[in-house]
Amino acid sequence: MAAQSNIDDADIARFAEQAPQWWDPHGTTKPLQRINPVRLAFIRDRLAARFGRDAKSLRPFAGLTLLDIGSGAGLVAEPMTRLGFAVTGIDAGDAVINAARAHAEGAALAITYRAEPVERVAAKGNQFNAVLALEVIEHVPDPDAFLRAAASLVAPGGALILSTLNRTARGFVLGIVAAERILGWVPRGTHDWRRFRRPSELAATLRRQGLLLEAMVGLSYDPIRDRWQLTSDIAVNYLIMAVHPHR
Amino acid sequence: MATARVELAVVGGGLNGMTLGIACASAGLRVAVLDREDPATILSERFDGRTSAIAYGSMRVLAGIGVWPLVADQAEAILEIRVVDNSAPLFLHYDHREIGDEPLGWIVENRHLRRALHDRAGQLPNLELIAPMAVEQADYGAAATLTLADGGKLQAELIAAADGKNSPLREAARIRTVTWSYPQIGIVTTVRHPKPHRGVAVEHFLPAGPFAILPMTDSRSSIVWTEDAGLAPALLALDDGAFHRELQRRFGDFLGEISVEGPRWSYPLSFLHATSYIAPRLALVGEAAHVIHPIAGQGLNLGIRDTAALAECLVDGRRLGLDLADATLLARYQRWRRFDNVMLAGVTDGLNRLFSNTVPPIKVARDLGLAAVAHIPPLKRLFMRHAMGMIGDLPRLVRGEAL
Repeated sequence: MAAQSNIDDADIARFAEQAPQWWDPHGTTKPLQRINPVRLAFIRDRLAARFGRDAKSLRPFAGLTLLDIGSGAGLVAEPMTRLGFAVTGIDAGDAVINAARAHAEGAALAITYRAEPVERVAAKGNQFNAVLALEVIEHVPDPDAFLRAAASLVAPGGALILSTLNRTARGFVLGIVAAERILGWVPRGTHDWRRFRRPSELAATLRRQGLLLEAMVGLSYDPIRDRWQLTSDIAVNYLIMAVHPHR
Repeated sequence: MATARVELAVVGGGLNGMTLGIACASAGLRVAVLDREDPATILSERFDGRTSAIAYGSMRVLAGIGVWPLVADQAEAILEIRVVDNSAPLFLHYDHREIGDEPLGWIVENRHLRRALHDRAGQLPNLELIAPMAVEQADYGAAATLTLADGGKLQAELIAAADGKNSPLREAARIRTVTWSYPQIGIVTTVRHPKPHRGVAVEHFLPAGPFAILPMTDSRSSIVWTEDAGLAPALLALDDGAFHRELQRRFGDFLGEISVEGPRWSYPLSFLHATSYIAPRLALVGEAAHVIHPIAGQGLNLGIRDTAALAECLVDGRRLGLDLADATLLARYQRWRRFDNVMLAGVTDGLNRLFSNTVPPIKVARDLGLAAVAHIPPLKRLFMRHAMGMIGDLPRLVRGEAL
């Protein structure tokens, strides 16, 4: 299976091992859970503006579809389902997908989960109003191939939102030295700095796929208030949104 | 029996529980409020003869959720507050005109507030009042499941415990409390007087504890009389004539000869603070989380601020698609409310200890303290805004904004 080649087996094994505790507020995904409200707010506000929906209503995205690439245990797929999207979540490991299915069932949420690489979904020709790939691209051996597949899944008028870590000196110091080795927020070996991507690199690849960069924002940790917030500083963690120009 | 499912289940249909249920339902959440009492019972006059002091900030919460218009006619505005130390020449006087046009607060009979809350709840199709219905058990897992007295089950993402100071849900969740009893009893009754009160609330600091005269509609005042626990049973057992004389002696004659209306109520005074306001899929509000001394009339106001804060956390969270019991939401609620509640609990406890004694140096110091507050306008305005519930990191509903 050629498509499987764009998956890092060591990463998948590590995530599978952690799968049972992905929803544990004190487990290994605690940093992701802490970041979650901030990135969900970015996604909701941007997509509501894109699709002309009211971000203050409880189900603003009813009638729209969303693909969550690297959905993990559903930390984003479940909220997006509650906000009205018909969500498909894909991830590379069976253990993670099974954990996600079990959790969605407990929460009485209807989500389609599949253990499938993005390239194979793209090959089927399906498209979605919104495509998310959050904290995924830094784990992928061939980011350009990944981006091409993800971009092709965006329906006309739709949007792609990515989040990752920047390949800067501060990205190394904070994303790896601090988060993994000093603070122990994420297990050692979670990230490889060489796989971090600069926003300009992502934007260039997406532009070649016909997507236009619409928004870019940094995510940073405020140690005084002990909380994450959106900032203009994109040197460490950042989110970008690119849109399909045709309506 | 099929298991019903809502988003939020509020256990306890008292003033706080109903306020929380209405706030969340009016923002679109599917809510069930459960109460062990029959609504017909709790709306009767005999069930609760007490009155509540509704601070300005609490009024805004009730207005924001559509309840205030249903009770405003039965609320008497507090325009001034006079704080008088036992026979001391100095007293503290708060006049609402010093900080604006709005009253400092309102006095409302609890039965009118309960009726307004029930009427408003009846207007919300996504709020179900399940009463009378006792909760037998709560289980917390992928959802919270309540087992009801009729054998039915109700599932919710989050349970809000508004089940009072003995909160069975708090006990079952093994949340510990810090608690003590005051050697005091609160005696509550209503009096009618020939002269109008002109919206003036009076707090007399008597040696046994504070004696409050709170303006009600129709030339009536509500009495909240804190008395030594040893003396209270004898007072409560007095015949009407003797009780009236004891009351008049403390009340004074500034409003003429008073007449006692309705029954006397009494309740022991205690302090309680839960060591945590949250547990997985559980949040405590109102007296389940904190019981404070009634000296400043702030108990219900703290509860209403809890409900406004919790409703805001839950609605903000749901607008992000989060589970209502998401750890980040519950942590935000607890962080937000604990500070305010602990501070006011400490202040009211300290005030009671300070004023309920006759040791001369303390008496001189507190009279000087009252005088100092009276003569330093910024400090006084700060105290007034505090009494109005307009200090601190305010929930949107308290600020008069939509949820």
